Amino acid sequence: MSITLENVGFVYGAGSVYEKTALKDVNLTIEDGEFVGIIGHTGSGKSTLIQLFNALMQPTTGKVYYQGKDIWGPGYNRRELRFHVGLVFQYPEHQLFETDVMSDVCFGPKNQGLSKEECEHQASLALSAVGIGEDYYKKSPFELSGGEKRRVCIAGVLAMNPDVLIMDEPTAGLDPAGRDEILDLISRMHKNRGITVVLVSHSMEDVARYVERLIVMNDGEKAYDGTPREVFRNYEELEKIGLSAPQVTYLMHDLKAKGFDVDEDASTVEEAKTSILKVFGMTDSSGES
Amino acid sequence: MSMVRTDALSHDYLIYEDEESDQGTPVRALSEVTIDIREGEFVSILGHNGSGKSTLAKHLNALLLPTEGTVWIEGMDTKDDDKLWDIRQRAGMIFQNPDNQIIASVVEEDVAFGPENMGVPTQEIWDRVNSALERTGMTAYREHSPNRLSGGQKQRVAIAGVLAMQPKCIIMDEPTAMLDPVGRKEVLAAVHQLNRELGITVILITHYMEEVIDSDRLFVMNKGRVVMSGTPKELFARVEEFEELGLAVPQITMLGYELKKAGLDLPDAILTREEMTEALCRLR
Repeated sequence: MSITLENVGFVYGAGSVYEKTALKDVNLTIEDGEFVGIIGHTGSGKSTLIQLFNALMQPTTGKVYYQGKDIWGPGYNRRELRFHVGLVFQYPEHQLFETDVMSDVCFGPKNQGLSKEECEHQASLALSAVGIGEDYYKKSPFELSGGEKRRVCIAGVLAMNPDVLIMDEPTAGLDPAGRDEILDLISRMHKNRGITVVLVSHSMEDVARYVERLIVMNDGEKAYDGTPREVFRNYEELEKIGLSAPQVTYLMHDLKAKGFDVDEDASTVEEAKTSILKVFGMTDSSGES
Repeated sequence: MSMVRTDALSHDYLIYEDEESDQGTPVRALSEVTIDIREGEFVSILGHNGSGKSTLAKHLNALLLPTEGTVWIEGMDTKDDDKLWDIRQRAGMIFQNPDNQIIASVVEEDVAFGPENMGVPTQEIWDRVNSALERTGMTAYREHSPNRLSGGQKQRVAIAGVLAMQPKCIIMDEPTAMLDPVGRKEVLAAVHQLNRELGITVILITHYMEEVIDSDRLFVMNKGRVVMSGTPKELFARVEEFEELGLAVPQITMLGYELKKAGLDLPDAILTREEMTEALCRLR
């Protein structure tokens, strides 16, 4: 019951000619320790939704609860909340602003009121978690590659020791190796630290591979909520709302139509491989995962 | 006829370590790149972040000039100052973020911006705008405000804007990186159509391997050099090399590779689900 949204609605520019409803009557609960993906076409309300999770925006209607408490209730400490629920924006490298990597990552803990030593301790733990070594501490953020910058930004949020990590398209613009690096890192953090992760993504292949639960947003409403396999089963409906299923899911449906007895909900290369080999009476002997 | 040709093109960026000195240290971003792209070809460029793709792209409409070597666009040397505007008009560029390249408050005015600046007569501007919007499927939105469009629609407006300048070549630097799946499909379909129907040369830079399987040719870059070139079929058969370069192959190709490794008698480099279905049916 980590984060709960109850009948949440959000309207931009209410009462003006530009009034636009971004969210309509959304109800959902993200439990402690879950790894949740959010997908939806551009303008479907994803970004608005995640900014409600750590009180960057106040819902027009409805309630947002964190650990059972109404975060817009009287006396609620929203500044404190933002230390628990960390948000990494899209293209976070545009927000690197300090002169060197260490100072940038220390910014969060410094605002939590920690001493200089504690800040640096937290920062070095976070940097090592994202695989940035000491030789980088004094480098200017501008000297880093795209993937490295992105990891430093994630470290900046991790240094505050959040319980929930929300990321808005953390792999946009990265090459395949950089993409895997970031996603493996998030997945490790989820497993080892039990941190709750909310991942907004435009890559159906990525969410199929990593998340446990997938929420689909469409025109400000929750359209689907289930495991990736369950959600991608509705691939025809997903296309109507600007999305798609992973390539292999389409293939499995094609094969099924040709009379192969395959698992048509397979949504990753691994699942598809196992299922196709089984049809041909073979087992996966390569031993790779 | 060659549309884009480079000969031993190298480019150095200057890094200023010390704020006081104005003596920069050169860092090589492109190293002896020699390529030849024919008129009407659809070519894609792959490579990890920092491999030199965007630096190369910026040389193709003279946004950057070579440190060494030469770039010709339809035979015009990009170092020739007198040809600069001809080159820019002939080789149009589309960037990653649609919001950074839209300047007007109404779609049709945005599309008209290019030809207006070129001094095209008013009536012809309208003709060009009409046809560019038609070609990109954006006619219905001509009087809309661009900021209310989806990402894919905005990118199509940007493409229409380039099209109105009647280019011979369109260079696209990760045009779909910020789009949702349907937006990606729309943009890809639009440029393939321009390539097919108008014979416009297309150079596409992307990190999405699925987007390049219909290209005529691929170039793979690493550390400022072109390290592989060939058709998608030829290159995607080299799965291990792609992985070593920090790249991937399309998901279907990966599945084919894995199935083959596990013992199924499949051909190399299966690119589409249709090919895969057919290949598996044959094994039955």
